Amino acid sequence: MHVVVVGHVDHGKSTFVGRLLNDTDSLPNGKMDQVRRNCAAEGMEFEYAFLLDALIEEQEQNITIDTTRIFFRTKKRAYAIIDAPGHKEFLKNMVTGAASASAALLLIDAHEGVMDQSRRHAFLLSLLGVRQLVVLVNKMDLVDQSEETYRRIVAEYSAFLKSLGLQAAHFIPIAAKHGENVVERSAKMAWWRGPTVTEALDTFTHEDDLTCLPLRLPVSDIYRFDHRRIVAGRVEAGAIRPGEELVFQPGGRRSVAKTFEDWPGPSRDVVGTGGSASVTLTEQIFVERGQIASHATSQPRVGREFRARVFWLGKEPLVPSKTYRLRLLTQNVEAVVAKIEKVTDASTLASVPSDSVPRDSICEIIVRATRPIAFDLHHECPVTGRFALEEGGRIHGGGIILEARSEGGKGSGKVTAAERTARAGHPPAVVWFTGLSGSGKSTVAELVERRLFDAGRNVIRVDGDDLRAGLNRDLGFSAADRAESVRRAAAVAGLHANAGQIALVTLIAPLAADRAKARAALANHPFIEVFVDAPLEVCERRDVKGLYAKARKGEIAEFTGISSPYETPESPEVHVRTDRNTTEQAADQVLQAIDRILAGKGEDWEV
Amino acid sequence: MSRTAQNDHLTRLEQTSMHIFREAFANFRSLCMPWSMGKDSNVLIWLARKAFCGKIPFPLLHIDTTYEFPEMYEFREKARAIHGIDLIVRINEDAIRRGVGYATHDPVTVTHELKTVALKQALAEYKWDALVTGIRRDEDPTRAKERWFSPRTADSTWDYKDQPPEFWGQFASVAPEGGHIRVQPLLEWTELDIWEYIRRENIPNPTLYFSRNGKRFRSLGCHPITHPVESPASNIDEVIEELRRTKVSERAGRAQDHVGRNSMQELRAKGFM
Repeated sequence: MHVVVVGHVDHGKSTFVGRLLNDTDSLPNGKMDQVRRNCAAEGMEFEYAFLLDALIEEQEQNITIDTTRIFFRTKKRAYAIIDAPGHKEFLKNMVTGAASASAALLLIDAHEGVMDQSRRHAFLLSLLGVRQLVVLVNKMDLVDQSEETYRRIVAEYSAFLKSLGLQAAHFIPIAAKHGENVVERSAKMAWWRGPTVTEALDTFTHEDDLTCLPLRLPVSDIYRFDHRRIVAGRVEAGAIRPGEELVFQPGGRRSVAKTFEDWPGPSRDVVGTGGSASVTLTEQIFVERGQIASHATSQPRVGREFRARVFWLGKEPLVPSKTYRLRLLTQNVEAVVAKIEKVTDASTLASVPSDSVPRDSICEIIVRATRPIAFDLHHECPVTGRFALEEGGRIHGGGIILEARSEGGKGSGKVTAAERTARAGHPPAVVWFTGLSGSGKSTVAELVERRLFDAGRNVIRVDGDDLRAGLNRDLGFSAADRAESVRRAAAVAGLHANAGQIALVTLIAPLAADRAKARAALANHPFIEVFVDAPLEVCERRDVKGLYAKARKGEIAEFTGISSPYETPESPEVHVRTDRNTTEQAADQVLQAIDRILAGKGEDWEV
Repeated sequence: MSRTAQNDHLTRLEQTSMHIFREAFANFRSLCMPWSMGKDSNVLIWLARKAFCGKIPFPLLHIDTTYEFPEMYEFREKARAIHGIDLIVRINEDAIRRGVGYATHDPVTVTHELKTVALKQALAEYKWDALVTGIRRDEDPTRAKERWFSPRTADSTWDYKDQPPEFWGQFASVAPEGGHIRVQPLLEWTELDIWEYIRRENIPNPTLYFSRNGKRFRSLGCHPITHPVESPASNIDEVIEELRRTKVSERAGRAQDHVGRNSMQELRAKGFM
């Protein structure tokens, strides 16, 4: 079990931990002698804190500079003590330590009393979700073991904890330096009838088991190392079994968990919370890192905006004008602070309005992501209800989600492309499907449209046949008319892209020169040429619309592939073979290319 | 082994380490795992195969100091075949030519030249974004302060005074310019956990860990500076029993740690694992 030790600077954390190790007989042989020798050599009086302060700088400054983990064992179980620093500027290390703890020990100096960091640390514990707490009233030797002093601190501090919704399991009077009430009962404090520190620790339970909550399986990766396609991820809440239907959010695509691919086997029957799962699916749907798999009956929320309580550790203040990376499990999206509602002084808990959040403060803010994310409220499911904010590859803050919000807000002036992109959560693009009649352009495009639509993207199809029924009613199939048809289709696609859409154009567009002109006309948008390829005889055999038959009979003149040329694209962004691959596979190829553009990421890492 | 969900201590450690591997692979395209062939390193290979369903999708790197025990070279070839390892072997040839060795130099210098510098040479050549290491927090006080994902600068130094925050499964995702990230999946394991896991999973290991003539190696390094400890433990069960009772530190037999009071910290700040 992980236990974090916190408290105001100089209230005796390192001394306490050193004493705890010594008194539970958890120090390596000779460690005590070595530290005593080092102290003697440097003319310093031995202190238990030196056992922990292994780094030189710590000993010079007499403060603990980073989280250390020390292992010790009681008769009941093994513990990892996280000795978190008390000095104000090292708050991030305390967060690092406390976020992984199941329980907390908070030290208060009986002589000095409750200080601002005593309050700040309790506030952070409540924010980090550490609910099992014991308060150690330390240095009782300096107040003559006074029960009255102890009672005064208990009264003052328990009232403060109550205001945070926290309650200490115990307040234990100790003198860490002398080992009183740490492991052994103190003879000098006969008035104390409660437990010693180790007795109190042994009453705690592991709180990290969320198996009874609904399934939350964030996708870490898709592996294709061999013939298998494996969805890899850690179960953060709930449990998963083969045969269960899964919904992947955002996007909402569904498939059924087919097998677990545990190596070296045999595979598990169920993977519970904390387990790393390797899942194959019955249907090869498009799944990507960041999505959260759940059961259909209890899905996470999907949205772009929420209200959150955030702790900020960045050197630069948190401000609404900047774009941050919002990281929630494996999701990683751009986000802005839409509004700072209040900044809270962690010591007094007084709230002040402010337009920026300085380092080491707590705030309530509205976070707006640039595209939809899957999440829960923190009180519904803690692991999917908390997130980190990153800038420049470094985490600067974290927070818990208090409330989901519908999007709103008003701007001024002309609506810009950037605003459209921000609202859509993705940039626009033009995807141009070219190929013979019957090659499957519309079939593939329809599936791509469905997938994008389900994933919350703005998407529209610009279909050649639809255009010919309306806008292009005046055009025939001569070379000049075909060129004009391509020009108009490009213009229509451009208007849609200007409106923030991903436009899927399906048009035979047989001539390379016409397609090149379309690409040039759309140069201000990302452009993906998709060559939908199937041999003429395959297309002719399909002949869905009966056009090939008519063309062979001479009823249609200038029919592409029969009586009019088709110039094969030389370097399309995507080349799909509909005679060899399924529509699903072809759509996946196109979606991967689109996703690369939308996410601005490089080549797919899958091997 | 039961096929239902396990909640025991070793399984928790195993599943967490698998997750660290997977997050590292998802974040860093170019990844490498140095392999000392010691017990922790061999557990890492096992965990990587579990994480990636049998196949390790990145190369392993053996920094050959030329002072390995002969048994270790034999073990290397055996394990390479068993696990299907894509192996890169590197020696700091320049240092060998300059005559750097234990006969003429102190252990800290030799360790730095033949291990740390050799690793830096490999990093300069392959430009990996991340290295997976087998360090554990219980080994040494400076290692206790490590992160799961720990950034290293271009010259491999560790800025232990300004480490990134790490919480809720969110790790540093970008290496410093020209530097790399050390990924450390075994951080939470203890020496005893390692041996109990080796026993449970039946993971291949060198026989030097088991007692011969009343002595065994508890930690393996270069043969001139790695000393066996007195021990009758001649199989895994006996090693585990011994570790449950011992209070002598694991690296007591490793000379380079004990030259000066802070020699380990000096080595590690310069890029040693």
